[in-house]
Amino acid sequence: MISHHLDQTMLLDYASGGMSHSLSLITATHLALCPACRRDVEALEAVGGAMLDETVGGEVRGNAFEDLMARIEAGAGQVSVPQTAQPTGVEIDHLPRPLRDHIPLHNGKLRWGRQGPIETIFLPCDDPGHRVRLLRIAPGKGAPQHSHRGLELTLVLQGSFHDETGQFGPGDIEVADPDLDHRPIADEGVPCLCLAVTTAPLRLTGPLGRLIDPFLTI
Amino acid sequence: MFVDSEQTALADDVPYGLDGAMTTTRSGSETPSKQDLERDLVAVGTSQDREAFRRLFNHFAPRLRSFLIRRRTPDGSLDDLVQDVMAIIWRRAETYDPAKATASTWIFTVARNRRIDLARRSRPEVDIDDPATVPEQEDKAPLPDEQTSHTQMAAHIKSALALLPPDQSEIVMLAYHRDMSHSEIAEEISVPLGTVKSRLRLALGKLRQSMEGLE
Repeated sequence: MISHHLDQTMLLDYASGGMSHSLSLITATHLALCPACRRDVEALEAVGGAMLDETVGGEVRGNAFEDLMARIEAGAGQVSVPQTAQPTGVEIDHLPRPLRDHIPLHNGKLRWGRQGPIETIFLPCDDPGHRVRLLRIAPGKGAPQHSHRGLELTLVLQGSFHDETGQFGPGDIEVADPDLDHRPIADEGVPCLCLAVTTAPLRLTGPLGRLIDPFLTI
Repeated sequence: MFVDSEQTALADDVPYGLDGAMTTTRSGSETPSKQDLERDLVAVGTSQDREAFRRLFNHFAPRLRSFLIRRRTPDGSLDDLVQDVMAIIWRRAETYDPAKATASTWIFTVARNRRIDLARRSRPEVDIDDPATVPEQEDKAPLPDEQTSHTQMAAHIKSALALLPPDQSEIVMLAYHRDMSHSEIAEEISVPLGTVKSRLRLALGKLRQSMEGLE
């Protein structure tokens, strides 16, 4: 049962197209798992449709339709070289579709790197300063105490973790900002698999963290 | 890129004057109703009906252009964006289900998805077959009230938008017309982020209520 959702203002950012690609990816993945938020987004999209309908004043070139049909007949928009379908690999088949297409595989398998106690796979990301990661965290392990210079969104795909604000299980999404200082730890059971997006570097705040944080601002 | 001032924008049966205002047409055809648009979109999907597609183009291409014109679109690509969206509509209309949304909402969502995709610098070319271009169709939740059609809901939304107080409608307009996230809106209108969020929640609450017919 999902109890941690995105708030209406973030859903509006997504529905109206005002959200960066990395945040849109994690939002779309949460939506694939959360019928309640999907309904909210559908309502917001209906508002977008109503606004589109009410729009006046636009014009297009007189031959725009013929140009368009010519482009369509010439095969516009069809990728000329069929994208080599990646072997999907059993490992990611169960993941929501918005996410599956973005995960780099090596011979059909996930290749995990390691950042301290957390296994990591970086997903491609075009937004400057943003990072998109798949995280796999063993029970009892987690990130060191930290706050945030921007946003950190964490969506649980398997297992669960807890921090000062509560427990997060499959489908739950945590939105952390500069006001939150926390230490997320994976719960007992299966390793915690998460999708995490940061829009700026984290700010380590624990006793050792404060010493080694290169961006320390206090 | 812009319309030649010597010619009207579109075919004879389209109700646009040179200034873009709606007018009744010379040939007597009227503004398509929402049902007409839905029927045409379905016709494109089931039988690649070119005349239906032309009617959709005549209705939506200028609206898309006007709706998208103030968004942060890379230079020179506004017309391309409109063309891309129409090409996606031609190719993927079979995924449209009138029981799930109005034609306008479906097309708005296609444009929105394309807009997000354009923001990925590494992927500017449109891939019409990418499942992410069109709204998810499987297991959509039913409407709160099965009797309320999407067309009726659209009418409710329209009135609710018109009734919003200016400080709320301003923010909703900036979100949809200008591509701004709520943080960017806060900066743009020099209002605290918390204020933007609370005004948005109020506005969205009213819009939801109107959609559920609980004015």
